[in-house]
Amino acid sequence: MKRTGAQMVWESLVYEGVDTVFGISGGAVIHLYHALPDYPIHHVLMRHEQGAAHAADGYARATGKVGVCVATSGPGATNLVTGLATAYMDSSPVVALTGQVATPFIGTDAFQEVDITGITIPITKHNYLVTDIEELPTVIKEAFHIARAGRPGPVLIDIAKDVQAAEIDYVYPEEVNLPGFEGCAYDSPSLVEQAAQMLNQAEKPLIIAGHGVVLAGAEDDLAALVEKANVPVVNTLLGLGSIPETHPLCLGMAGMHGEAATNLALSHADVILNLGSRFDDRLTGPVDQFARQAKIIHVDLDPAEVGKNIAPDLAVIGDLKDVLPALVPQVEPAEHTEWLATIHEWQKDSTQRDVLMRETDELLPQYVVRQIWHATKGETVMVSDVGQNQMWEAQYFLHHLRRGLLSSGGLGTMGFALPAGIGAQMGMPGQQVWVTAGDGGFQMNIQELATVVQEKIPLKIAVLNNGYLGMVRQWQQLFFEGRYSGTPLLGPDFAKVAEAYGIPALTVKEKGEVVAAVEQAANADGPFLIDFRIEQEENVYPMVVPGSPISVMIRRPEEEEE
Amino acid sequence: MKHTLVAWMEDKPGVLNRVSSLFRRRNYNIESLSVGHSETPGISRMTIVVSGDDRVVDQVVRQLQKLINVTKVADVTSKAAVIRELALIKVKAANGGRSEIIELTNIFRARIVDVGAATVTVEITGPEDRVNSLIGLLEPFGIEEMTRTGRVAMVRGNDGSGSCDLNGA
Repeated sequence: MKRTGAQMVWESLVYEGVDTVFGISGGAVIHLYHALPDYPIHHVLMRHEQGAAHAADGYARATGKVGVCVATSGPGATNLVTGLATAYMDSSPVVALTGQVATPFIGTDAFQEVDITGITIPITKHNYLVTDIEELPTVIKEAFHIARAGRPGPVLIDIAKDVQAAEIDYVYPEEVNLPGFEGCAYDSPSLVEQAAQMLNQAEKPLIIAGHGVVLAGAEDDLAALVEKANVPVVNTLLGLGSIPETHPLCLGMAGMHGEAATNLALSHADVILNLGSRFDDRLTGPVDQFARQAKIIHVDLDPAEVGKNIAPDLAVIGDLKDVLPALVPQVEPAEHTEWLATIHEWQKDSTQRDVLMRETDELLPQYVVRQIWHATKGETVMVSDVGQNQMWEAQYFLHHLRRGLLSSGGLGTMGFALPAGIGAQMGMPGQQVWVTAGDGGFQMNIQELATVVQEKIPLKIAVLNNGYLGMVRQWQQLFFEGRYSGTPLLGPDFAKVAEAYGIPALTVKEKGEVVAAVEQAANADGPFLIDFRIEQEENVYPMVVPGSPISVMIRRPEEEEE
Repeated sequence: MKHTLVAWMEDKPGVLNRVSSLFRRRNYNIESLSVGHSETPGISRMTIVVSGDDRVVDQVVRQLQKLINVTKVADVTSKAAVIRELALIKVKAANGGRSEIIELTNIFRARIVDVGAATVTVEITGPEDRVNSLIGLLEPFGIEEMTRTGRVAMVRGNDGSGSCDLNGA
C-alpha cells in the first residue's frame, strides 16, 4: 500500500498503540500535521515544545506506555531539549518526532535548521536522522522498542521534510534487528543465592527501593520480600509509592531531605539491598562516607549503574521482575526486633519535631500538602515541581498509589509539573491528578494553562507561593550569609491569571481556609487552581549539611521560635 | 594504568560522534582512538587506549556497551595481543644527516617513504615504545611534521574475543 512518509509515521504509531501525542506544528512538520486527522490519534496542542516533551514524559510516567511529542525543526526541536534531558535522567520512555529541513538543505544552515540529532546524543537513549523514506518504518519500530526495552528512555526521530512528503509502498516491520542492543536477562541464580544469604545473616538489614521498582512494576514482589523478612524500606524520591508509605516498614524518602530516622537507618544498617536505585548523590551524600557499616547489594537492570557511584559488595544485574521472585523464596522469615525498635525510637524523635505537631496559625506548606492527602485519601496522582515544594510534597504526602508521584528527580527541572500533569491526566482520564508547584517553577511553563482549558483537563493545581526561589533562598539563608541574591520573586496574582484563562481559582492566605479550598478543588468537575500564600521563609528540614554524610543533618528544633 | 579496549560498531553516520561524545561527557581520559573497517562488512573496529583504574575502565566498557550501535566491547589489556602503531615522521636531512637517519631507520626496521631536497620521511610500524624510541633519536635532526595513528590491537591466537562474532568472548 502506497503511503507518504507522514502517513507512515502515524500509521506506525497506531501499530505501536499510540492514541495521544503532544506537540506544536511548524513548517518542517506540516506534512505530518496534514496527514494526522486521518488517524485515530488525539493531538494535544501545547503552548511551548518544552511543555510537549514534559507532557509526553508525564504521560509515560503515569501510564508506563511510551509518550510521544512532536516539534518542528530548529527552535521547535531545541525547545524539546530540557524535556528530553528530564526524561533521560529519570528513565522515562518518550519518543520525540521532529521535522528537519529537506534533505538537499541539510548542512546549509537553512531556515530553521538545527542539528538536533547531534544536540541530543547525550540526552537520549538513541536518536535517528531519517533522510531516506525506505528507512522510516524500521526506524520507528526500533525507536519504540529502544524507548521501552530494558531501562526505558527517550528516543528522538528527526525526519527530513522531503521524506515526509515522499511516497513508497509501506510495510511495518514485525521485528527489530538491533545486534548492539541486548536485553539484559537475569542469568545469575548463584548471585541471588548470595544476596539471600547476606540478607539472612543480617541483623540490621535495609532495602532501598528506587525508581526501578516502579519501572519494573515489581511493587508486589517488593512487598512480599519486605513482609517475609521484616526488612525496613527507604525510598528514593522517585521510588516513593513503590511500597505504601503508610506501611509500618516503610521509612519514606532518604537522603538530602530525608527524615532523620530514615537517614540514620541507612547509616546504621549492616546490609543494604538496593533495588533499582542508581545511588544518586541526593541519596548518598559523599560516597566514601555513605553507609560505611553496610555490606551493599546492588540490583539493577543497567550494568553501567552498578559500580558507577558506589562499588557494591555484591552486584546482581537483572530485571527486578525476575530477580525478586527468585530472591523471595530464599529469604528466611525474620523478626529483627531490636533493629526495628531502634528505628522506632528514631522515628518517635522525628515525629516530635514534626512541624505539623506545632500549634501555629501560620500557613505552612507542609500543612497544605497533608490536607491534599487527606482530601484525596491519597488516591491521586501527584505531579510535583522542583525545589522546596517538591520536598514538602515528598515528605508530607503519604504516597501509596502506584505511579502516584511524578517528579523531575534527576535533572531537577523547574516548570515540569504543569505540563507533566497535563500528560498524566491525558493518560489517566479517570484519575484525579494534582500539580503542586512553587511560584517560581509554575511561572516557567504557566502558558500551559491554555492547554488545560483547550483540552478540558480537570487538573488540580496547588501553587505553594512564597515569593522566593525558595530552595536557593534557603541555601542562602543557611550557607551564604543570608544574602538573598536573585531569589526574591515577583509573581502575578495566580488566581486572576487562572481566571483569565478560564480556570476557577482561589487565593488562600489563612490556615483556616485550607481544608475547604482543597475540598472545593478536589470536588470540582473541571480544572481548579489554588494560590496558597504560604509562610515565606519556611525551610525544608531535615537537611543534610552539604558535603557531610547523610547522618549529619540540620534538624528542625523541637520547639521552633516564633 | 593504561587499558586497551577493542570495540566493534555499526558503520553508520554519526557513530564515531556517539562514541566520542560519550568519552567527553563522562570525562574519560582517552589517550588514543583508532577506527577502521573490520572483517565484517558494515562493522567498524575501534581500538581505544584509556587510562584510569579498573573501575573507571569497567565503566567505559559498560557505557560503550549501552550505545545502540556498538555491538561488542573487549578489554584486551591482560591478553596476549599484537599491538601496533604506525607513524610518519618528516625529518630535516641537511648537511649529511641523511645517512645517519637512514641508518637509524634500518636499525628500527622502519622505511624511508619519501626523500625531499631537505627532508626525509620515515614510516615506522611497531609497538608504541619502539615508535617513541625512534622519534626520540630523530628529534635532534629536527622533526618537521609527524602523524601517528594511535594504537591498534589484535588478540593472538583464537580465544574467541578477536572477532565481531557476538557469541564469542
